Amino acid sequence: MSKDVIILGETKGEKIHPVTYELLAWGKGLSEKLNSNLSVVILGKNLEGVEEIIYYGADKVYYFEHSALDIFNVEIYSEVLVPFIKKMQPEIVLAGATTTGRTIMPYLAGKLKTGLTADCTSLDIEEKTGLLLQTRPAIGGNVLATIKTPLHKPQMATVRPKGKRPLERDPNRKGDIEIIRPEININSRIERLDFKTREEEVSLVDAEIVVSGGKGLKDPQNFSMLFEISRILGAAVGASRSVVDMGWVEYPHQVGLSGKTVNPRVYIAIGISGAVQHLAGMMNSESIIAINKDPEAPIFQVADLGIVGDALEILPVLKKRLEERKRNV
Amino acid sequence: MNIYVLVKQVPATDKVKIDETTGTMKREEVEAVINPLDLYAIEGALRIREIYNDSHITAVSMGPSKAEEVLKEAISMGCDHGILLSDRAFAGADTWATSYTIASLIKKMGDFSLIITGEKATDGETGQVGPSLAGQLNLPIVTYVGSIVEVRDDYIVVEREIEYGTEVVRVKLPAVISVVKAIGEPRLPTLRGKIRARETRIDVYNLESLGLNREEVGLSGSPTRVVKVFYPRISREGKKVKTSTPDEAVNSIIQFLEIRGIL
Ligand SMILES: Cc1cc2nc3c(=O)[nH]c(=O)nc-3n(C[C@H](O)[C@H](O)[C@H](O)COP(=O)(O)OP(=O)(O)OC[C@H]3O[C@@H](n4cnc5c(N)ncnc54)[C@H](O)[C@@H]3O)c2cc1C
Ligand SMILES: Nc1ncnc2c1ncn2[C@@H]1O[C@H](COP(=O)(O)O)[C@@H](O)[C@H]1O
Repeated sequence: MSKDVIILGETKGEKIHPVTYELLAWGKGLSEKLNSNLSVVILGKNLEGVEEIIYYGADKVYYFEHSALDIFNVEIYSEVLVPFIKKMQPEIVLAGATTTGRTIMPYLAGKLKTGLTADCTSLDIEEKTGLLLQTRPAIGGNVLATIKTPLHKPQMATVRPKGKRPLERDPNRKGDIEIIRPEININSRIERLDFKTREEEVSLVDAEIVVSGGKGLKDPQNFSMLFEISRILGAAVGASRSVVDMGWVEYPHQVGLSGKTVNPRVYIAIGISGAVQHLAGMMNSESIIAINKDPEAPIFQVADLGIVGDALEILPVLKKRLEERKRNV
Repeated sequence: MNIYVLVKQVPATDKVKIDETTGTMKREEVEAVINPLDLYAIEGALRIREIYNDSHITAVSMGPSKAEEVLKEAISMGCDHGILLSDRAFAGADTWATSYTIASLIKKMGDFSLIITGEKATDGETGQVGPSLAGQLNLPIVTYVGSIVEVRDDYIVVEREIEYGTEVVRVKLPAVISVVKAIGEPRLPTLRGKIRARETRIDVYNLESLGLNREEVGLSGSPTRVVKVFYPRISREGKKVKTSTPDEAVNSIIQFLEIRGIL
């Protein structure tokens, strides 16, 4: 059996962050091909539901528990993780491309002198060498590049949240949970003074339905109709980069390569052409509806229901019909 | 205090042309610009200097000699000085080797308080150089900084824009920070700045003057290798495409949502 594939789990307060389960889905295929253990290392304090990590596919969980690990601190986390990785000598270390993953992973790779590939959209094992093949968008998403770390270990990568669905939860799965209470001897130079929570209306990345608009909506007034339709549907509002750049809606709504990745049950793209950089953020949606005037628009190549028509005529009718339905239930 | 701002020259990605046969960028045909997100790093440094008057800002870039342009641009916006790390041996560096080369400069220079980077470069889009540099220099790093709250001799207080909210953080100096757009609109170069930029000499360091070995830098010092570049293939098949009246269109949308149990 070869050395472990290790997932760097993430927490949100005392809970396991769901990206941890997605990472297990990424890691599973790799550990099977390598015939190795799929392990999760997670740092926290009083964490609830650590056994869930086993149910979602881990063979082993290393849970470092300490009061200094309750919130992410790059220095303290690295103090725990550097010796852990040196001792375990894993083949592969994966983390989510969250603000935490994007901070700790390059910090660790810097210290461990190894390669790291950010924001991978696909991971595989090369048959003859057993090396990790890491594929990610490059040159502004115009092409994809496959990257290897041929001589250094571990091979490290981050993947976008919502890029994959977790595996089926299996409460009968067995696995080992090791709780480690580390000594932490450093006084971090970084200190959190305060945290101000920001309430998002419907979180875009967690939404079941996303109604997204592009330049085809012509002006901000028309775009605001999406908010009304979303409210009726319980959906979140997404946007293409063009409309964010024009200031019709704020950046947190942007879907795509340089915005968010979503995989809702239904993604409705209205007046969006479907540039590769936009597709990069929504192609994994369970189903896609597209409304566009131009029958040749690339968005139709990914749509399950493609409607060639004028959004400015369709949207008012859609809004009216949805309101009627709501009143009648 | 001494502040370093890292700025990279990147192709203007909006206008990138791809060679259809090789899948590589036609670099010659693309205009090179300062990484747009690094303008915010410069703006952050200038704001710190406004709070803490006695500051000296040095813009640093690694790249071909043409990258001198972005340092001049940084100076025209208000930076004091520019350093270019340039050597054929640096070519092909990944984020680890880039950070290593920049780290060797930092170690060579005297005392400093802050290194400021952009959130990411728009060509590579990794955002790894700042944290990797901090790891290699064993400095604290604060990423996603959207506002500077307080600047003192030995610490700064900043706000991090992260998922679910804003984290207020105090970090001891020296430190590395990476800034995001929330830091504020980058100021435009001034006429005086432009004149100063023309008159200021950019210091250039190469492999030898940094005291580095060829194997540690550029492609040979990079742990990662690009093995293949290809066009994204759209992995899902589009289905029905139909032209219809608004009423028919709405009917099919509602039916689609009903079948999936959403309505
Ligand atoms: C490095 C880089 C990163 C990028 N990242 C992103 C990203 O994260 N997200 C993103 O979205 N883009 C991103 N882009 C930009 C992307 O390439 C496209 O420019 C952008 O997605 C286009 O937005 P759009 O579809 O709204 O506009 P357009 O391409 O202008 O399309 C508008 C569409 O609306 C249709 N239309 C017009 N009128 C109507 C009407 N009345 N009814 C119905 N349809 C109509 C048109 O037929 C057209 O297809 C990135 C680009 C680069 C270089
Ligand atoms: N070659 C370079 N020269 C100077 N700064 C760089 C270079 N590459 C990256 N940086 C800095 O690191 C940040 C992140 O870049 P990247 O990791 O390439 O996305 C950029 O915004 C720059 O501030």
